[in-house]
Amino acid sequence: MSVLVYTENWDGKFKKLSFELVSYSAAIAEMINTGVVALTIGQVEDEELKKLGNYGAKKVICVTGDSLKYLDNKIYTSIIAGIAEKENSKVIVFSNNNSGKAIAPGVAVRLKAGVAAAVNALPSSVEPFTIRKKVYSGNAFAHTVIKSEIKVLSLLQNSYDIKETANNAEIERVAWNVEPGMVKTEVLDVQKQTGKVLLTDAEIVVSGGRGMKSPDNWGPLVELAELLGGATACSRPVSDEGWRPHEEHTGQTGKIIAPNLYIAVGISGATQHLAGISSSKYIVAINIDKDAPIFEAAQYGIVGDAMKVLPKLVEAVRELKK
Amino acid sequence: MKILVCISNVPDTTTKIKLSADGKTIDTAGIQWVINPWDELSLTRALELKDDPAAGVTLVTVAHVGTSSSEPTIRKALAIGADDAIRVNAEPADAYFVAAQIAAVLEKEKYDIILCGIESSDYNGSLTGGIIAEFLGIPSVSSVSSLRIENGKPVIVREIDGGKETLTLPVPFVAVVQKGIAKEPRIASMRGIMTARTKQIRVYEPVAVNPLTEIVMYEKPAPRAACKFISPDNPAELIHLLQNEAKVI
Repeated sequence: MSVLVYTENWDGKFKKLSFELVSYSAAIAEMINTGVVALTIGQVEDEELKKLGNYGAKKVICVTGDSLKYLDNKIYTSIIAGIAEKENSKVIVFSNNNSGKAIAPGVAVRLKAGVAAAVNALPSSVEPFTIRKKVYSGNAFAHTVIKSEIKVLSLLQNSYDIKETANNAEIERVAWNVEPGMVKTEVLDVQKQTGKVLLTDAEIVVSGGRGMKSPDNWGPLVELAELLGGATACSRPVSDEGWRPHEEHTGQTGKIIAPNLYIAVGISGATQHLAGISSSKYIVAINIDKDAPIFEAAQYGIVGDAMKVLPKLVEAVRELKK
Repeated sequence: MKILVCISNVPDTTTKIKLSADGKTIDTAGIQWVINPWDELSLTRALELKDDPAAGVTLVTVAHVGTSSSEPTIRKALAIGADDAIRVNAEPADAYFVAAQIAAVLEKEKYDIILCGIESSDYNGSLTGGIIAEFLGIPSVSSVSSLRIENGKPVIVREIDGGKETLTLPVPFVAVVQKGIAKEPRIASMRGIMTARTKQIRVYEPVAVNPLTEIVMYEKPAPRAACKFISPDNPAELIHLLQNEAKVI
């Protein structure tokens, strides 16, 4: 028996998200008296694989092979379901990120497993298996019972505290043969954002809304984000107007993020915007309208003109960093 | 090329969600039901492709699993421009159940591209599209932010962490779509609303499938503490609090 966690790697490296997933899986494994097997697909060095042991993985399986460079939902699904069968996994854990969303459903069907997607807590009971998940874009949580013998979970990012435990994981390398013609998706081109903190990884996010008044006013906002080592984001009207790139849109239909600190500048806080940011640990709102709904979601607020407040904030952070 | 757009019937996204007294259900009194926002965007994109003769799309059908109470939402999709509709007459129990129903329909009616929104704004699952593909044994692509058809070949852009990949794959396939697939949802015209009344909705009875999950209780997130206001003349105080009280910088 085991808990299997799919830990994606990014060019052979793991990140905070991976350690969160393994820590979470280790806690579930303890609840059902078993161990965690972590699975990654693609070329990863031993040293990097060993890191997953420090968060509770007993065994780390690294699957490599031709045709595995890009995510092909069918191929990845068959690998993960195959390993789950071999490891007799009762719970399979994914991240609720792009790749988790792409693969978890297929793996669940293969294993005849029910899925609780976007979970944000450990199971409240293992018999029946009951777990809390996000519904209504964070406006409510649903305690969901999974009735099947095998359970598939996808964990919301930044919803579980990373726990380090000294542990030496066994490493197993598996060569996976993909028959020619099995790979259906043919990747023609890849565009990667480089050098910037990814919005979905950022611990601190500084975000601008219509209250920024013009795309020309973003200078101090970007500077604040850089000084704090964070990423920049924006509200939907701003990306719709083309003031900022679409990749920055946070909100219900855009990116859903959960940083430690979200600073909303000139964002009124419509329900749809809050749906994308409400899981942030701390929210700071800067808005000229004291009745803006963003202040109901925020722990810290400044009522004032963003154009006047931002430069002062930049100054204060510069002082701090000296 | 025929496109099937799966649509879910959800509370309007501005709805303040209230729970029933026992917490076992959502209080639906006064809720406005709409097409799930991502499904509305997929429908818009499907119709844009149909409008472009070079794309060679001949039919756009919407599919929905729900009781007759969700027919207004289907009619809205027809008014926006879908050619016809399929409704599987059952309460949508969970993603596994819904996907099984759509897959059963697709055993009888053939479509080349099946579009599903990346999640429904009510259950936030991101599951139905992937499950349909697995049931049918056809490929799927998720996080799709662009879909074109060039010389009869689908060209898809999918979002990855910190970037995009452009790819192609043979039909039939399921595309699970997100923001970017269409700019703005298309709005029904008066003529669309009139013609929607005469468009066909094919009703299928459900296949027997047991849902694998069940929601037993709802909960509202704990309310946040009241906002602490800081003078706009002294933003340094905010930085001080973030460093020493919240300890996030």
